Amino acid sequence: MNAESGFNPGLNMATIRQAINETIERVRMPTPTRLRDLIRQIRAAKTQAEERAVVNRECAYIRSTFREEDSVWRCRNIAKLFYIHMLGYPAHFGQLECLKLIASPKFTDKRIGYLGAMLLLDERQDVHLLITNCLKNDLNSPTQFVVGLALCTLGAIASPEMARDLAGEIEKLMKSPNAYIRKKAVLCAFRIIRRVPELMEIFLPATRSLLNEKNHGILITGVTLITEMCENSPDTLNHFKKIVPNLVRILKNLILAGYSPEHDVSGVSDPFLQVKILRLLRILGRNDPDASEAMNDILAQVATNTETSKNVGNTILYETVLTIMDIKSEGGLRVLAVNILGRFLLNNDKNIRYIALHTLLRTVHVDISAVQRHRSTILECLKDPDVTIRKRAMELSFALVNTQNIRAMAKELLIFLEKADPEFKAQCSSSMVNSAERYAPTIRWHLDTLLNILIAAGNYVRDDVVSSTIQIISSSPSNEQGVITVKLWESIQETLDNQPLLQVAVWCIGEFGDSLLYGDDLEFTLERPTESIVIELFNKLLCSNQVNMVSKQYALVSLTKLSTRLKAGQGEIKGIVEAFGSHLNVDLQQRGVEFSQLFGSYNHLRTSLLEKMPAMTITRMNGNTEGSGEVEPSNIKVTDEKSSTNGRSNTDTLLDLLGSGDDIIMSTTSSVIPSNTTNTVESNNLLDLLGDIDLSASTAPVIVSNNNNNLLSSPVTMSIFDDNENTNISDVSGVFSLNGDSNIPDNFDLGLDAMPQSPPTNAKIVTALDKNDLFVQLSMVNQSDYQQINMITTNNSKDTLEQYLFQAAVPKSFQLQMMSPSGSVLLPGGKITQEMRVKNNSSNAVLRMKLRISYLCNGNPVLEQCEVSEFGK
Amino acid sequence: MIHAVLVFNNYGKPRLSKFYQHFSEQQQQTIIQETFQLISKREDCTCNFLELPSSFLMNASSDCKLIYRHYATLYFVFCCDESESELGILDLIQVFVETLDRSFSNVCELDLIFNSDVIHFIVNEIVQSGMVVQTNMNEILARVEEQNKICKAESGNVSAASSKAVSAMKNINLPQLKDKVFDLPNTFKDLKF
Repeated sequence: MNAESGFNPGLNMATIRQAINETIERVRMPTPTRLRDLIRQIRAAKTQAEERAVVNRECAYIRSTFREEDSVWRCRNIAKLFYIHMLGYPAHFGQLECLKLIASPKFTDKRIGYLGAMLLLDERQDVHLLITNCLKNDLNSPTQFVVGLALCTLGAIASPEMARDLAGEIEKLMKSPNAYIRKKAVLCAFRIIRRVPELMEIFLPATRSLLNEKNHGILITGVTLITEMCENSPDTLNHFKKIVPNLVRILKNLILAGYSPEHDVSGVSDPFLQVKILRLLRILGRNDPDASEAMNDILAQVATNTETSKNVGNTILYETVLTIMDIKSEGGLRVLAVNILGRFLLNNDKNIRYIALHTLLRTVHVDISAVQRHRSTILECLKDPDVTIRKRAMELSFALVNTQNIRAMAKELLIFLEKADPEFKAQCSSSMVNSAERYAPTIRWHLDTLLNILIAAGNYVRDDVVSSTIQIISSSPSNEQGVITVKLWESIQETLDNQPLLQVAVWCIGEFGDSLLYGDDLEFTLERPTESIVIELFNKLLCSNQVNMVSKQYALVSLTKLSTRLKAGQGEIKGIVEAFGSHLNVDLQQRGVEFSQLFGSYNHLRTSLLEKMPAMTITRMNGNTEGSGEVEPSNIKVTDEKSSTNGRSNTDTLLDLLGSGDDIIMSTTSSVIPSNTTNTVESNNLLDLLGDIDLSASTAPVIVSNNNNNLLSSPVTMSIFDDNENTNISDVSGVFSLNGDSNIPDNFDLGLDAMPQSPPTNAKIVTALDKNDLFVQLSMVNQSDYQQINMITTNNSKDTLEQYLFQAAVPKSFQLQMMSPSGSVLLPGGKITQEMRVKNNSSNAVLRMKLRISYLCNGNPVLEQCEVSEFGK
Repeated sequence: MIHAVLVFNNYGKPRLSKFYQHFSEQQQQTIIQETFQLISKREDCTCNFLELPSSFLMNASSDCKLIYRHYATLYFVFCCDESESELGILDLIQVFVETLDRSFSNVCELDLIFNSDVIHFIVNEIVQSGMVVQTNMNEILARVEEQNKICKAESGNVSAASSKAVSAMKNINLPQLKDKVFDLPNTFKDLKF
């Protein structure tokens, strides 16, 4: 072999010289530790620290030898460095030594040097420049293995510059007569194209001939390269369409050639090449009927002729199925493919089962009915011990649910949900809620399923499940409401741990307590509760430590509602509610205080205030939520909108305002209830007393007195009376996570933080402007390095104000940054918020602000200016 | 594309790490450790694939899959993207391990520890630039063997020559010379050709 000629030492001068030099050095220097001994030392180290000490000592020694230009032991030292590097210690200082080894004429040195280059080199420019030169030399070496090393290294570390510099050499080598070099060069070309796609042109001519080779190494690399080129540009893809017959022929030869010992892997002829070809066919045949047509036969042959007793056979079948599904193949072929997957599903090998599920999931959109046939097998996979398989099976199951099979599927999925790992429960329960909503055969079934989901998923359900369940119950016929309330009542008898279930149950009991206690035609598994039992349960859960704050908020509202549903027991309820007037939790305390008013001076309003809520419907979100904290009014529809515009009684409207959270709609949509404002004016004093400084009542003195309780902000207002609407809203906007999130014990505050317009507890609040029914407030909070000022403008007039623009100026010693406002249009009762950040550059300056507010009222421009200087106090 | 070939033992000690795109040393170690943590907690009855978010390989654009096999004390892990066939890579791991087995005759963890360079040479004959280059075991072994021969020939020649020279030097009774005449190392430093 010509390989040896370059290295045959013979008796030339260089070798003698080298031998003498090495001899001298061996005498001069002590022999360094052998790699073997180093490894033993490291392995003998009992602690991490000990190991580190050994490595550090050795590294120090290796560094010193590098400095000394010692060449005999360089190889050994670099080899030691690899080991040290593999263990995770820094070894980059060996880079230059590797380059020296690469430059050495000896193959041994080169081999180690290139290995080092692949392992240790970072992307430093100067080193890359040096190695590019070495590579260039070695790529032209007469020895095939030297070229091989250079190609392998280039393939591993090619940077874009290197790729550009060496592309020409690689192209030459792709035509080399030596197969060993050629296959490596082809993969180098692959790598170069990866790094610098423009260079593809150079390699195109040399690529075409690759498929005519006999050598499998070249075939496989050639197919790899062509695949990369096809994925790179559509033009090349079209260019290579004509090789489909070649590929088909190669594949055919592989299948029909029979046993060839060279390429046989457990009875299959070169599966790796087959897989690569099938992949390339997939790319070529995609969306191309002609190319697909040319492949149909061979795919059918592969699918039927492959031996599947071993993994290898399945590998090929799997790729074949994917190809059949991806290209425009014949219908019969597709059926065959899905049947193969069906067989895979029953395979004992879990890898094959995984592959089957994975592929079915990918193809389910193509041919759902074919996949549907394997439903029972897929459901079986839900019980698989392997998490990965269960997850896939779950995803696939949800993809298969439809109107016909919903009952059966839901049953299986519920069993799965019950036993599922916590990480699945959230995803699974949400998907189930969605499926149930889409395909529920009856309302009763739907409600039962929701109940079962809540029971099975426990505290892992997502927030939206609670709100959507309540919404669905609310819009159900009243007899169904009674039935589900009974079931919910019974489901919370055993444990109070399940917060989402508790919230739904408590809401329903509060809302439909009369049917629970006195309704006809209800079936109880347990005994029908008496009033005192119900009140006692509420008392228990309001005092319990297992119950989180959100659930308690639900409970307190419900209990108050119950006072109008029960025939007796108002006194008891009043007692409980009043006790919350001094609760540590601000929100509960507030509710306690407010509700006790309803038992005191405003007793006469209680019945009408706490009437049943109108049914709610939510159209699914359309994602154009305006501003940060704004609720998109279009997302919520009031079902009885008409009746309210047609002049409902004052109390009714008031009820809406207070009870159902519909106030958001009223305040933000001009289309709802023109008579709105008059109604609110009439009920103003009640609003005030309740501390509910909603939109219209904000000028009342109550605000000031309640400042410390944070009542200024609209989210609080909304959460005071009714959680359920709020949770609905949280579903819609995503910002109102106020009451839906069961995982956070006191998300009342969290909700506040999420709301830009709500001033946190320690905020200083200044009224900047109160003129023409326009009310502008600034609340200031000290952040770590700046002061955050939130501006809230409320429109108390009957008119819609447009082009609202808020401008502010501060003294030069301050820096002002204004965030974008939440909107520019103020509907009657609407709000606009804007955040400002003020940085104080000199410590003793007092913050003053000049404000300029402009807007259009009925088309007339209005300009207001004012100054605020009370911040400093 | 194969992004990395990793071998580690049951305790997470790396025995081979080979990356086909550039990572800093720190990143490499993070990847190895995370891979170990993910795979070691999987039971043997589970499937040999693990899907990961693309963030796993710090800068990879596509999704990443771990495909692994567990042999006695060692895990062989291939970290690939979508363009590789999962089952195909399993076969490739088999080929890799069988090749090791044949070149070390009954390979064990110690062989990997003490011959890490050899393992690299073998990997380089199977996978190059993150793509399979050769799967024929005979071919792989033959090429590695040929290269080993060249190395052996070189070291044989040089070391034979130099050891002869060493013995010749020893014969002139160096220590004595050193004591009497001059400081040897310094002299020899200048003596280089």
